[in-house]
Amino acid sequence: MSTIPFILGTPLAGAAILFFYGDRFVAARINALVSFATLVGAVMLAVRVIDGGAFVSESGNFFVDSLSVFLVVLTAFVAFTTTLFSRPYMLNEQAHGRVTARRMRLYHGMYQIFTFTMLLVLLTNNIGILWVAMEAATLTTVLLVSLYRTPASIEAAWKYFILCGVGIAQALFGTILLYLASEKVLGAGGGALLWTQLDQVKGGLEPTVLSIAFVFLIVGYGTKVGLVPLHNWLPDAHAEGPTPISAVLSGLLLNIALYAVVRCKVLVDGALGTPFAGNLMMGFGLLSVVIAAFFLSRQRDIKRMFAYSSIEHMGLATFAFGMGGPVATFAALLHMTVHSLTKSALFFTVGHAAQKTGTQVMDNIRGLVDTNPAIGWGMMLGTLAILGMPPFGVFASEFLIITTAMSEHAWAAPILLIALAVAFASMFKRVQGMVFGETTAKRLPHSPALIPVFLHLAIVLMLGIYIPPYLAEWYRQAARLIG
Amino acid sequence: MALSAQLINVFAALMLLVAFAMLAQRRVRSLIDLFACQGALLAANCAIVAWNTGLSHLYISAFITLILKVLVLPYILFRLITRLNLKSDVETLIKIPTTMLIGIMLVVFAFNLAIPISQLAGTVTRGTLGIAIAVVLLSFLMMITRRKAVPQVIGFLAMENGLFFAATSATYGMPMVVELGILLDVLVGVLILGIFFFQVREAFDSLDLKHMEKLKESDG
Repeated sequence: MSTIPFILGTPLAGAAILFFYGDRFVAARINALVSFATLVGAVMLAVRVIDGGAFVSESGNFFVDSLSVFLVVLTAFVAFTTTLFSRPYMLNEQAHGRVTARRMRLYHGMYQIFTFTMLLVLLTNNIGILWVAMEAATLTTVLLVSLYRTPASIEAAWKYFILCGVGIAQALFGTILLYLASEKVLGAGGGALLWTQLDQVKGGLEPTVLSIAFVFLIVGYGTKVGLVPLHNWLPDAHAEGPTPISAVLSGLLLNIALYAVVRCKVLVDGALGTPFAGNLMMGFGLLSVVIAAFFLSRQRDIKRMFAYSSIEHMGLATFAFGMGGPVATFAALLHMTVHSLTKSALFFTVGHAAQKTGTQVMDNIRGLVDTNPAIGWGMMLGTLAILGMPPFGVFASEFLIITTAMSEHAWAAPILLIALAVAFASMFKRVQGMVFGETTAKRLPHSPALIPVFLHLAIVLMLGIYIPPYLAEWYRQAARLIG
Repeated sequence: MALSAQLINVFAALMLLVAFAMLAQRRVRSLIDLFACQGALLAANCAIVAWNTGLSHLYISAFITLILKVLVLPYILFRLITRLNLKSDVETLIKIPTTMLIGIMLVVFAFNLAIPISQLAGTVTRGTLGIAIAVVLLSFLMMITRRKAVPQVIGFLAMENGLFFAATSATYGMPMVVELGILLDVLVGVLILGIFFFQVREAFDSLDLKHMEKLKESDG
């Protein structure tokens, strides 16, 4: 059996089962099992790409290269560990009476379909289908954000749907323009939207149309990346939805959207031969880092604070992709990986902390180390990692990004450093208060799953000290591809 | 040839007219009628382009558009407002003259944006690209000015109509598989929103979005 249909088919089949049996006690285990099977498929695919290089399959409709396969593995991995976290978390929510059996079925089924749409974005060769899958990813998560049916969560879901819907409509117009330009070169029909074909003729695409197209594409997909000033939906959707969904939105969906922007940037760069696309990305990225860092300090809700931290880090990765060049792109890819792992680990600890104390307001969360040292220290270490303390991987990627910025765009480096310092000061103070001090936490009926937290943090720590040669080679290949 | 080209222009002009009518329409029920009307114009335009160019996939597009945007989506929306008792709902807060003036400025902007693009497009329909962009922007404006959930969604769907129109004008439509994917997304989106409307009403006792002002930065 070929790998790509397996990777895409497993979550779909899992969703079909879970829509019917998602409220049973075993459902969370089935969910984890399905995600694990997807992960196995992803690893097999990665092995194939490492051995044989990029390949096109299923008559040109799917395409895997080092850039997409590394994100496929990351997506499948975090989706799997999140299911491990989600099991005790959702059982606790059920015990607290926040979700009914019907909503559990919806939750489990939609979780798998969401995984499917993200993998489709990564594996498809057709940038039209990429758009369709991205829109589907929004649609599947709208009902998940409003899962608790509180007024605040419904408002968040509405905002999420409208803002991302409008945003992604801009991306569709960008895609139409891209098709208009490519159709001149490749002729009408399905072939003119295949990325592999576009990549070959990118030098011959009409530059004016492509630069207009890129503006629409970055505004469209940038809305989903959470780039300022298009980020308004993000903190709300992260704060009001169930925490496993916050973890996958932050750790995976933002990456996927950035992947779409990067794919388009490769084409636009090839057609224009000027740093227009890169400059635009640098502008959006820098603005996101700065604005998010300052908004961080004003948050009271723990999940909102970490959501702003995600905006900041996606901004940093966008900025690095915008700078371009082998080092900055390498750093951006590394940053996407470590941010995804660290932020999902953080959301895992945040989820249990919020459950234990019954609140998401940071002032009311106190003394986590007393009741559950593992959660407390997990959150502390995760926060140190996300703030870029050595020896964690985020330090390595941020160090590379800032040193490249110093040598190539010296004016941007101090701005980035100030923003990172502001983020550090405000977040560290908040988290310290939550982790230490007099406890307010209570015991939970189902004990939390802590393996995913420390697994993620261990990988991030390892990436900070030692990047395995094949992984480094992988990043380098992808960086060459993006240019 | 000349007849079909003129017909395309007539339908495009009517599309713009409907977009303005939607901008100014306060009654939810009439908005749905206008949306169906826009869908019909879209399907007719698509069929004429297909006849003019002899591209058979455009006939299929026109047919699917007719089914989905003239029959299915308006029917779903109509059922929704019936079940939510919104049939006689009227939006009172919009300032129509101001909105219209902004709308006219958007049209001028759209025509300017379309100039470089339509120079590249070799289609018989390229003159209508400006109108297509204008329809997208006007629908966007409609979404911004409305404070109620159903009109916002109709604005969203009208925007999708505008994009579809843009695809037909600039390139004779996207490849079939992509077009089907987009239509599937639209259909699923409307179905999900249908469920969602009931959640909104349960939580807020109305579909008026002015109740949704809780998630502000200041108390965040």
